[in-house]
Amino acid sequence: MAGETLLLDYGSGGRASQRLVSELFVSRFKNPVLDELNDAARLDISGPVAMSTDSFTVDPIFFPGGDIGSLAVHGTVNDVAMLGARPKYLSCGFLLEEGLDMDILTRIVDSMAGAAEHAGVIIATGDTKVVPRGALDKIFINTTGIGEIFVDPCPAGQLAAPGDAVIISGTMGDHGLTILAQREGLTFDAPLESDCASLNHLIERLILEVGDIHVLRDPTRGGLATTLNEIAGQSATAMIVEEDSIPVNPAVSSGCSFLGLDPLYLANEGKLICVLPQAKADKALELLHSDPLGKNARIIGQVEAGDGQGPARAGQVVLKTRLGGHRLLSMLEGEQLPRIC
Amino acid sequence: MDYTRAFGDPELSKGLLAQMQEELKEPFRFMEVCGTHTVAIFQSGLHTLLPKNMAHISGPGCPVCVTHESEVATFLMLAAMDKVIIATFGDLMRVPGPKGANLKLAQAEGARVEVVYSPFDALALAKDNPEHKVVFLGVGFETTAPTIAATIQMAREQGLDNFLVLCFHKLVPPALKGLLADPEAAVDGFILPGHVSTIIGLEPYQFLAKEYNVPAVITGFDPLDILKALLLMVRMVNEGKHEVVNGYKRAVADEGNPKARQVLYEVFQPCDALWRGIGEIPGSGLTFAPEYERFDALKVLGVTPPEAGPLPGCKCGDVLKGKMRPDKCPLFKKACTPANPVGPCMVSTEGSCAAYYKYNIDS
Repeated sequence: MAGETLLLDYGSGGRASQRLVSELFVSRFKNPVLDELNDAARLDISGPVAMSTDSFTVDPIFFPGGDIGSLAVHGTVNDVAMLGARPKYLSCGFLLEEGLDMDILTRIVDSMAGAAEHAGVIIATGDTKVVPRGALDKIFINTTGIGEIFVDPCPAGQLAAPGDAVIISGTMGDHGLTILAQREGLTFDAPLESDCASLNHLIERLILEVGDIHVLRDPTRGGLATTLNEIAGQSATAMIVEEDSIPVNPAVSSGCSFLGLDPLYLANEGKLICVLPQAKADKALELLHSDPLGKNARIIGQVEAGDGQGPARAGQVVLKTRLGGHRLLSMLEGEQLPRIC
Repeated sequence: MDYTRAFGDPELSKGLLAQMQEELKEPFRFMEVCGTHTVAIFQSGLHTLLPKNMAHISGPGCPVCVTHESEVATFLMLAAMDKVIIATFGDLMRVPGPKGANLKLAQAEGARVEVVYSPFDALALAKDNPEHKVVFLGVGFETTAPTIAATIQMAREQGLDNFLVLCFHKLVPPALKGLLADPEAAVDGFILPGHVSTIIGLEPYQFLAKEYNVPAVITGFDPLDILKALLLMVRMVNEGKHEVVNGYKRAVADEGNPKARQVLYEVFQPCDALWRGIGEIPGSGLTFAPEYERFDALKVLGVTPPEAGPLPGCKCGDVLKGKMRPDKCPLFKKACTPANPVGPCMVSTEGSCAAYYKYNIDS
């Protein structure tokens, strides 16, 4: 199908659709569940299950560090894994624009297959729709993932407790700034790259080898600041975070300073926030450092009761600045817009 | 040396703070007139570290915030016109106009509004859409006005007649004069805007010291810049010697940028302008010089800015003049939030209400 252009026929459900499914999707996602090609996939799964769905519309569809296909796998795998689950199966729905270059689609499908293999998940079922030119922008992908929960209780925002340490697995803002820079055609001296990666293997080790993980979250849209606020709100605790301990890539930091953006509000696609008892923090850090995906992990702060003893009230996230002052680290309001002067 | 961090050195900052604490004898109210300073002071946590008897007031330093209600109504009128594309910096998208209208809503209702990062992008937009008039919203101070003037000159060289500018630029020194003329204004010193000063230099501010006996320091946006400026002013007050000082020599030449000013005043000339919450300030705006009038969106599209009054209940005017702290406004955090702003000081990321909302722990 190389060199071809996607026609409306490919979404018709007829022979053209079948060709697309068999030559492009089945051959690349190759696995016994999908190969059955029945109306639904038959899955082997037991115990409590985590399920998550996400739609991917990223523009540009290819960016340094990944593409819409790998992102659609990593994003959903991470969401399922954050609940203390072992992601097993993904569904994927493609919405494609008529006229899309088949080579582009092939690259994206290849990339999804690679990401799925790396994460150890099976793409068990899928759907393809082709819409007339202009009805959407090139390609949108929806993935739904399910996985078996292997820990009880599973990590949840409500479980953050006073005395816990807050750890992040690496630098903040890489994905968000990479996408923005690509979209606006901005180039910086130092290379920017999305951190897009599946974290399920790392999470499994954290839960099994360190244990007692109270909260696991991935700071995607809205960034670290927004996710920490969600956790503080869910658990009715206060969080104190040290600005100086939050790792930010120098290229991201200078790009943000130039554009008037704050890396703590930019999306990450291969990072996690881990909240666990202080006594376990060093062990968690040691484990994270042993994995390339966690090599820049740091303890960035702690959870407090927010009862008037510290600077923050319950539900608030307070940043201790480099100067030693305190300020609110509030939730993102709407989108970050470029400043006027 | 990492210049993004060096000027925020914690140890040096602590030293300056201690020195200031020691030398500050009387209560001191300083005002900054640049949104970037507002944010820098909050973002660095400096506002929680300043001596107790040093009060920080945010003045009319955010171009979005001082954009008058009638100016907002004007660009909404243009957005509603057929065959018109509005090109704007992102900050203006949510600035509320009469009856809660804004550009984002206009866009959702079908107006063509494009967010650009540079006026040159608007020029490209005009080239790509020859059947439309592309109107760039010229809102800003002396910092951005020269680039927009240069873009207009480029449009003239390229013979583009569908590129227009709505010129609502404002000038900082006349506004400072307007503030000090208000008998209720109690400002003991000014932190002067680093960006604006790169263009205009030291001279236009001299009246602050000479006529009003108020010290002022041009300064940068990192904690050490701001602390140094404050310490300089404290010392000037202690010695009774009021001056205007350039404390940002790594970016600002005393004479400013003559080339930029030349371009600016080839295309534009000063005029009276309306400031939100303040009213008309003589000589505080820019309009087209006669030979560039064919780029004037108001003239070409035949639009007259409508009368428009303050938004009901909104105290942005008092906030802009430093008469009211943002968190003392009855609407703050209740009817007025960044998600649902009543006034412009809550819309702009550099507005003082937005800064209080976003960074202040107690409010």
